Amino acid sequence: MEIRGTELFVKALREEGVNTLFAYPGGQVIDLFDALYDAEGIEVILPRHEQGLIHAADGYARSTGKVGVCLVTSGPGATNLVTGIATANYDSVPLVCFTGQVPTHLIGNDAFQEVDIVGITRNICKHAITVRDRKDLAKVIKEAFFIAKSGKPGPVVVDLPKDIQQAMGSDDYPKEVSIRGYKPSTGVHIGQVRRALSILNQAKKPVFLVGGGVNIAGAGEEFTKLAELTGMPVITTIMGKGAIPTNHPLYIGNIGIHGNYAANRAISECDVLFSIGTRFNDRITGKITEFAKLAAIIHIDIDAASISRNIQVDVPIVADAKTAIIKILEEAKGLPVSEWTKEVRGWKEENPLGMKKYEGMTPEIIINKINEKFDDLIVVTDVGQNQMWTTQYLELDHSRKLLTSGGLGTMGYGLPAAIGAKLGNPDIPVLCISGDGGMQMNIQEMATAVCLELPLILCVFNNSYLGNVRQWQEMFYGGRYAFTSLATRRSHAGRGGAGTENAGIENADIENVGIENEGIECADTNSARTSGGSSSCTSDSKEAIKGSPKYSPDFVKLAESYDAIGIRVETAEEIDEALDIASKSKNTPVLIEFIIEPEANVYPIVPTGKPLNEMVID
Amino acid sequence: MGKVIENIIKKRWISLYVENEIGVLAKISGLFSGKSYNMDSLTVGETEDETISRMTISVTSDESTFEQIKKQLNRCVEVIKVVDFTDIPIHMKEILFVKINSLKDSEKEEVFSISKIYGLAVIDCDRSTLLLECVQTESKNNAIIKLFQNSFPNRIEVVKGGSVAIEAISVADR
Ligand SMILES: Cc1ncc(C[n+]2csc(CCOP(=O)(O)OP(=O)(O)O)c2C)c(N)n1
Repeated sequence: MEIRGTELFVKALREEGVNTLFAYPGGQVIDLFDALYDAEGIEVILPRHEQGLIHAADGYARSTGKVGVCLVTSGPGATNLVTGIATANYDSVPLVCFTGQVPTHLIGNDAFQEVDIVGITRNICKHAITVRDRKDLAKVIKEAFFIAKSGKPGPVVVDLPKDIQQAMGSDDYPKEVSIRGYKPSTGVHIGQVRRALSILNQAKKPVFLVGGGVNIAGAGEEFTKLAELTGMPVITTIMGKGAIPTNHPLYIGNIGIHGNYAANRAISECDVLFSIGTRFNDRITGKITEFAKLAAIIHIDIDAASISRNIQVDVPIVADAKTAIIKILEEAKGLPVSEWTKEVRGWKEENPLGMKKYEGMTPEIIINKINEKFDDLIVVTDVGQNQMWTTQYLELDHSRKLLTSGGLGTMGYGLPAAIGAKLGNPDIPVLCISGDGGMQMNIQEMATAVCLELPLILCVFNNSYLGNVRQWQEMFYGGRYAFTSLATRRSHAGRGGAGTENAGIENADIENVGIENEGIECADTNSARTSGGSSSCTSDSKEAIKGSPKYSPDFVKLAESYDAIGIRVETAEEIDEALDIASKSKNTPVLIEFIIEPEANVYPIVPTGKPLNEMVID
Repeated sequence: MGKVIENIIKKRWISLYVENEIGVLAKISGLFSGKSYNMDSLTVGETEDETISRMTISVTSDESTFEQIKKQLNRCVEVIKVVDFTDIPIHMKEILFVKINSLKDSEKEEVFSISKIYGLAVIDCDRSTLLLECVQTESKNNAIIKLFQNSFPNRIEVVKGGSVAIEAISVADR
């Protein structure tokens, strides 16, 4: 039968099992939107910005393991996806991004809203293609989904010219894919597995280093079995965190520039490093020539190009983490390394993580409260200190998930990704931790969350600085806080540093913004927010809203302006109540603004260019 | 520890089978620039199968970078096959045009005799200009250019194509 391209598009989504589509309209996709109007069973999510859209699709994909699907118009719609495509690419998130394109006869003519999105994204996605012929449409879409989710997952861009969408053609949608240049490896080379195990069996001080690949493969349980079988200490990257429960006796902690003492020391002293699904990114290696320099290195990765790129590997195993771990479990045996494991644990106990320098409401205390309060929880972070603290202090087991932009480190990721995660997991609480800087990068998605009636818990760690950068300025740039204060008013602006007039929130021009919060109306936490009517505060939440904002924006008011709930927390005693209110919200996002110590730092930290064992502990 | 690898910087060759589609050349060359790999030459043309193009790429690099280049190329969906030509017998040729201007008659004679020795063809001329065509290995062509440059400084014009290469049947030289 002959159908229009747009109808085939809808059919393709159905065949691929897509029931949530993140979409923003425009001239070059209006036909597709029209076709979606009648497409029952496919929920179309309309965020407020295409960047928010793609991070939402990303959060959906990471938290469900399904492919996240985006649809945007050509030109500015497409270019607004760029950061999100790169974000997903770095963290191996399966996305299919459909971009509208001007009709084929106008391509190359600088037509209105024409951009070469395939050219722009070529180096930041797994695959990008423009459909140039209606007869290829079904095949291209089928292949796009296959490429996105198979092998090392990643984002795929499919550019759809308007005339192709409108053209009539076959309604066939292929059942199978065969791409001659793309055959993701599936098997495990048993010879390599045996080589790995023979090295391991001679080890005296072996450690596991686990990266995001294990979580992507859903191999946490198998990995935990392997760890228990061998008795080796386990260290993770931030992307690998949660592969083994964080309270497991074999779990030591995160590696890297903000890794903990025991983890970094163990890497520096181990004699066999058994790494699975990590790229040895510079954030984890520290000075590369010193990295694990006593160790023989075994590396399992699905991407051959990740092996021996940064670190020369002794035994490479190109395979999916789960498949490989299952194979290894068949052949591995217990190792006599309990003394070593005990020693590493001892280092951890002697040097626990902890914000010793600070009192009161520290990020550590807030995150520990979160640990106490929720059993099953998806946590999304933004980027900056908030992310580091979260990845340090958050407790995780296999049933909980942590979504964070690890590879690209994209500020503005948190809120939209939390929206996607909630849409994909309506029954699990979703909590986002972000900084005041990152929160403002995609704050417009508050409106999306409100319209979708999503009870997200949004924790903003407000230090009124671009904290992560400020910490570097404090530690490595002589305290010169070059343009990292988010509070300083122009009339007060100087180029001050730590301890000067301009540091901190104290010197913000309070008069200009210090509006009393008394009398602010906030909604009942459980009332439906779509009615438009303003309801009055419960006494509990009203009690929580106090104090004057000393900076901009006033996040509480901002939340309220979106018809969400805003709570400000200034002391540790208020944390419980705020989290209680937030966790009871049924259909309204709750933003909790935590006013934290402006100059709190993340420790330990390995200064750039230093080896991992030369970290600054506090 | 780590494996000891040969890290000699030398000229290395790749033969690449790719989909004959719009954007593939840009993708391959973009990969080299994006990853900061230095490419010496790249030629591309259709094969006996019109849906497949074959590229010959030469780079000067160390072993580990070269390994990465091959792996990165292999990752591209449009790349059907990567063949390392570095250490196997191949036939390799590069096209070269040399135009020599303002030649006196005696100099023309000299050019003709050089051409004979090096197997160059004189394919066009006027009273004082000769155009030579040469299909040789890259290194031979470079030697020829040098020779003409020394003999006729500032009077030569050179156009080179990139190299193309194919596996040898018996023996071959580079
Ligand atoms: C889009 C983007 N721009 C800039 C940066 C560089 N950067 C990394 S962390 C950071 C500061 C983040 O500040 P904030 O969001 O307030 O979080 P905090 O570090 O204070 O927790 C900046 C600017 C980035 N990672 N992403």
